[in-house]
Order: sequence, then C-alpha cells, then structure tokens
Amino acid sequence: MSAVEVQEAQIAHDLHKVVARDVNVYYGEAHALKHVDLDIGSNEVTSLIGPSGCGKSTFLRCLNRMNDVIEGCRVTGQITLDGEDIYDKSLDVVQLRARVGMVFQKPNPFPKSVYDNIAYGPRIHGIGAGKSEMDEIVESSLSRAGLWEEVKDRLEKPGTGLSGGQQQRLCIARAIAVNPEVILMDEPCSALDPIATAKIEELIDELRQNFTIVIVTHSMQQAARVSQKTAFFHLGTLVEWGDTQELFTNPRDERTQGYITGRFG
Amino acid sequence: MTEVAAPITEIRRPDLSGKRVARRYAAERRFRAYGLTAIFIAVAMLGLLLVSIVSKGYSAFVQTYVELEINFDAAKIDPDGTRDPAKLAAFNYQGLVNDALYAQFPDVTERRERRSLRGLIGNSAGIELRDMVLADPGLIGTTREVAFKSSDDFDTFVKGHISRDLAEADRRVKDQEIAWIDALEADGQVDVRFNTTFFTTGDSREPEQAGIWGAAVGSFLTLTITLLLSFPIGVLAAVYLEEFAPKNRLTDLIEVNINNLAAVPSIVFGLLGLAVFLNFLGMPRSAPLVGGMVLALMTLPTIIIAARAALKAVPPSIREAALGVGASRLQTVTHHVLPLAMPGILTGTIIGMAQALGETAPLLMIGMVAFIVDIPGGFTDPATVLPVQIYLWADAPERAFVAKTSAAIMVLLTFLIFMNAVAVLLRKRFERRW
Repeated sequence: MSAVEVQEAQIAHDLHKVVARDVNVYYGEAHALKHVDLDIGSNEVTSLIGPSGCGKSTFLRCLNRMNDVIEGCRVTGQITLDGEDIYDKSLDVVQLRARVGMVFQKPNPFPKSVYDNIAYGPRIHGIGAGKSEMDEIVESSLSRAGLWEEVKDRLEKPGTGLSGGQQQRLCIARAIAVNPEVILMDEPCSALDPIATAKIEELIDELRQNFTIVIVTHSMQQAARVSQKTAFFHLGTLVEWGDTQELFTNPRDERTQGYITGRFG
Repeated sequence: MTEVAAPITEIRRPDLSGKRVARRYAAERRFRAYGLTAIFIAVAMLGLLLVSIVSKGYSAFVQTYVELEINFDAAKIDPDGTRDPAKLAAFNYQGLVNDALYAQFPDVTERRERRSLRGLIGNSAGIELRDMVLADPGLIGTTREVAFKSSDDFDTFVKGHISRDLAEADRRVKDQEIAWIDALEADGQVDVRFNTTFFTTGDSREPEQAGIWGAAVGSFLTLTITLLLSFPIGVLAAVYLEEFAPKNRLTDLIEVNINNLAAVPSIVFGLLGLAVFLNFLGMPRSAPLVGGMVLALMTLPTIIIAARAALKAVPPSIREAALGVGASRLQTVTHHVLPLAMPGILTGTIIGMAQALGETAPLLMIGMVAFIVDIPGGFTDPATVLPVQIYLWADAPERAFVAKTSAAIMVLLTFLIFMNAVAVLLRKRFERRW
C-alpha cells in the first residue's frame, strides 16, 4: 500500500462505521461477490439495491458473519467495524452479532411469548439483571419499534400470533433490545402489505438517530424514501454507490441507469 | 405481393366431452374403492388378531377356587401345644387338605383313586394353609371353610376348554374326576374368582400359580436401562450430526451406517451382547442390565434417525433469528432448536422403546430366556421380560398355559397401546406452529 492509500484508508475508517475493502465471497466454486469496496456511515441508512442474485444479501450477511453458517461459503478481503477487522481470528462472532443486529426477510419471531422474544437477547448477553430492569428493556424496545401500544396487553401471548407487520416490528424490537450499533435488514418489507411497510419505513427513519442501518430492498421507491446512501449491485459487483439523491437522479453507470429506469432487473 | 402465408394453426381447445369427465370420475371412484378395501383388510386382520387373542386369553384372568371344610386339628398341627412357629411351619398342611377331600368323598378309598382326588386341588394349598396358620395361630383347633385354587386341569374343565363329549382316553380329566367336580359344583363349593395370582407372582411350572408380574418387573427394569442409555446418547449424536458436524465424507459414512444399523436383524445385537457384554466384559447372565444395554444398541438408530428428522424439521429461520441476536451455536440449539424438536424426538423415542418392549430375539442370546420364578429385585438379578414370558408359555405343554399366553399378550399389548398413546399425546401437547 502506498502512503496515500494508507492515508485514504485511515480517513475512511475515521469517517465510517463499517468499511469494506476488496470483499470477495465464494459459495463453493461460485464467485458470488467480486471485489466490493463500500463505506457505511454512522447514523445513516444505506440501502443495497440490485436485481435478484446480484449479491446484495450476500454482502449484507458478511457484515455480521451470518455467512459463516453456510456450508462451503468463503469470504476474503477486509471488513472493519469501527476500525476492527470483523474477520479477525481473535474476534468472537457472538459478540460481533451483539453489535451488529439483523432483521430478516420473513418475520421470524421465536415461538415464545412477545415478552420472551424481546428479553431473549438481553438475557443471553447479560443485560438487565432483575425483573424490573428487564420489563423496562422490553417496554422501551417495543416502544422504539412502535409496537408497545399494540401489544402491551398481550405480552404473554405467543409472538407468532401477531399479524405479519407486527411480527416484523417485533423482530426489529428484538434486534434493538440488545442495543446493537448496526442493524442489518434483509428486505424487511417484502412480506408485508403497504400499510405495514409504511410503518416500518417510518420506524427505520426514526431508528437512524441511534443506529447505523443497512437495508437490502427490491423497491427503489423504498430505497429513495428511507436511505441517505444507496449502493447498486449487479452480477456480484458493486457498480456504484453514493448519495441516494445523486444515484437516482444522476447515475454514472449505464447499468444503474438501466436498472432504476426499469429497463432490466 | 409476396406475403408469406402464416401457417394456419388450428386452435386446440380442451376436450370437455362428458365421456372424459365420466372416465375421470370413474378412476377416482375406483381409487377410493381400492383404498377402502385396503383399510378394510387391515382392520379385519387386526380385528381377527384381537378377537383370537382375547377369546383365548380372557379366561386366564379368572381362576377356579374350591371351598373345603378344613379342620385345623390342634392334635395334629401342634401336639405339644407350644405354638412354636418353627414347629408350626414344619407341619405338612397338605395333609389337612387331603383329609378334607377324603371327608367330602368318603367312598373313595382306593390308593390310585385317592391320588387323583388329591389332584383336584392345586399343590400350593398346603403352603397357603401354613401361611394362614402362621399369620393367625388362633385358627388351630377350629374348623372353617377355606377356598383353594383348583388344579389347572380342574380349572380348564370348569372354564369349558375340555369337552365332556370327548372319549375318556382323549381327555385330561377322567370320568370319575368329572363326577367329583360335578358333585362339588352341585354343593356350591366351586367358585370362579378374579385371578390376582396372575398379576402378582412370577413364573411357575404350575399354571394356576404362574403370573406375569416377574416378567413385567423384568421388562420395566430392562427398559429403564434402555431408556437411560439410548435417549441421551441418541439425542446427543443426532444434535451433533445435525447441528455441528461438518458435511463431509466421514459424516456421510456415519449417516449411512446409522441407517443400516436400523435395519440389522435384532438377533445380531443379541450375539454382540453375548460376545462383548457377557464373554468379554463378564457381566451377569439373564440380567436386566445387560438386556437393557443390548436393547439400547438396537434402539439407538431409531432414536437417532427420529431425532435428526425432528431437528431438520425446525425451520432454519429460527436458527437465523437466534444467531442474529447473538446467540452462540450451542445456545441456539439448547434454547430454541432442541425444545422445538423435542415432541418429535420423544415420539421417536417412545416408538423405539415400544419396539424394545416387544423384542425377544436379542434377549434369548444373553440368557433372559431362563425360567425364573422370583420377582427380580434389581438390575443384576436374573429376570425375564414379557415377550420372552409369552414365548416360554407358548412352549409349555399344559393346556392352561394356552390361555395364559394369550393373557400375557393382552398385557403386553396394553403396555404398547399405552406407550403409543403417550407418544401421540406428547406430540399433540407440545406441537408448536411457527
């Protein structure tokens, strides 16, 4: 690395929460993600867009090492969180996931009570020793996810009994209950109706105050509505990324142009 | 004008004729008829089995008793009048029973005849009288009616399993004995009661004294060992293979081997037990401990396969959710996956245990086929198990054991139905949706 490059990297680390450099992902022989460099800023919403199979979800799952559980998956390159290499051998993946929470495409509450869904994370990480402290965490997490008013009378009912949109907000509440620094969302609204989607989008905008959010979405309108930065992936490469406004109004690459105008994808 | 004529393609509409529809309906009706026939045959076979077992076996649940006037003659039992228990115990009480019989039929004097007269009463009568006297020495000097178990031939005759119409030479019960039995019945001295002996004693050569309890206790002890060994080992193996093991050649090989083990004839496990547990490790023969270990080997593949299937059925989204909030792999398994898989694992385990309960062949090899009278008191006492008891009784020559065999089968079936019902209940109770 030249002195200039080192300096640049340093600046990137200082300015950004998550910095990815030359990230490659292989599923067995298949090269799923090629040489991705991407910076994710603090307290910003970064959306990852692109056609199906372009590697955006794969990249997202690299950020909290959820790819580790996939058989035959190999990641090279460097991803840092606050300047710390998350693929370093000395880093404990469980602690990483406590700092980088995740919300999945399909709402997946535990088949337990609403209360236990929220309390599970804090419990295993040793947050909230007493019952009253835990009650507080549950209430504040549900409130921040905008779900408290709807479920405060049914905390002991199973979380799987809620509606789809409520379940997804429950999953968001579950993720923020452990106070992560980054929240990853993998198409969180794809299984929801427009009203539930609007609620979640509103919520994402509020959560930005306290969390760094990375969201994968298929809806360009959604990316435009909720995110400050947008990255466009195509066939495993990061085509371009930048300010959402800029990318949608004035794309530099013609593939981006083609995608956002609906010519392919 | 060189217009290229487009090839005229005929538009093909679906054939909606009534004939096709009728054929489709007919095929459906035929298929249903086949299904119903199959179910009917299965139910009929089951019904036939149950009817044959119950009709043969129900009479073993009752026992014929003969009431006799017993004179507890003080001069005979305790001539010294000391009431010394040792002396009281030493007296031949069978003599009192014989005296009562002779008194009942005074015209029987010939030795051969007297012997067959004595044969009407089961030979446990003397022991019963002794126990009565030892429990209450005040009986000495009194006369009272005591009910004795009849001999098995008498019992079988009263229950109608021996026909009067047969030629005397073909009958176990001779004409003279029938005359005595008729006389006793006419006097109201013959009584058919519930057979508690059958449920409280161990095996015996005398059918009227043989019971199922020894085998039931043996089965219980054996299955306890089986469960204690196979459940934890099976579940741990399944969890490791399903949740932790890398997918490579070695684990594939292990998986194939487990599946093959499930199909190995059970007697092979018995031979293994004989070679390893008895001959090499020198463990006791006929013991529930060894039987349980052999059956555990046999049950393990069943439990592992069932447990793996149950673990596989837990949706991956639950694992992702747990990992996503920062649970370790072990926490993910113990907090979420295993509890969700538990109903399936338990169902598999109970089915495996039910299979083990009905297993005979491997136990024959390790000596659990022995004739054992005592109720086993521990895991290393000689014991037998219910299916082996059935096998032994089915082999016994006395006519009364036919009913006992069927009765024992009923007891075994009751246990099996109970265990399967528990499996169904567990599944219903803990089934969760996600």
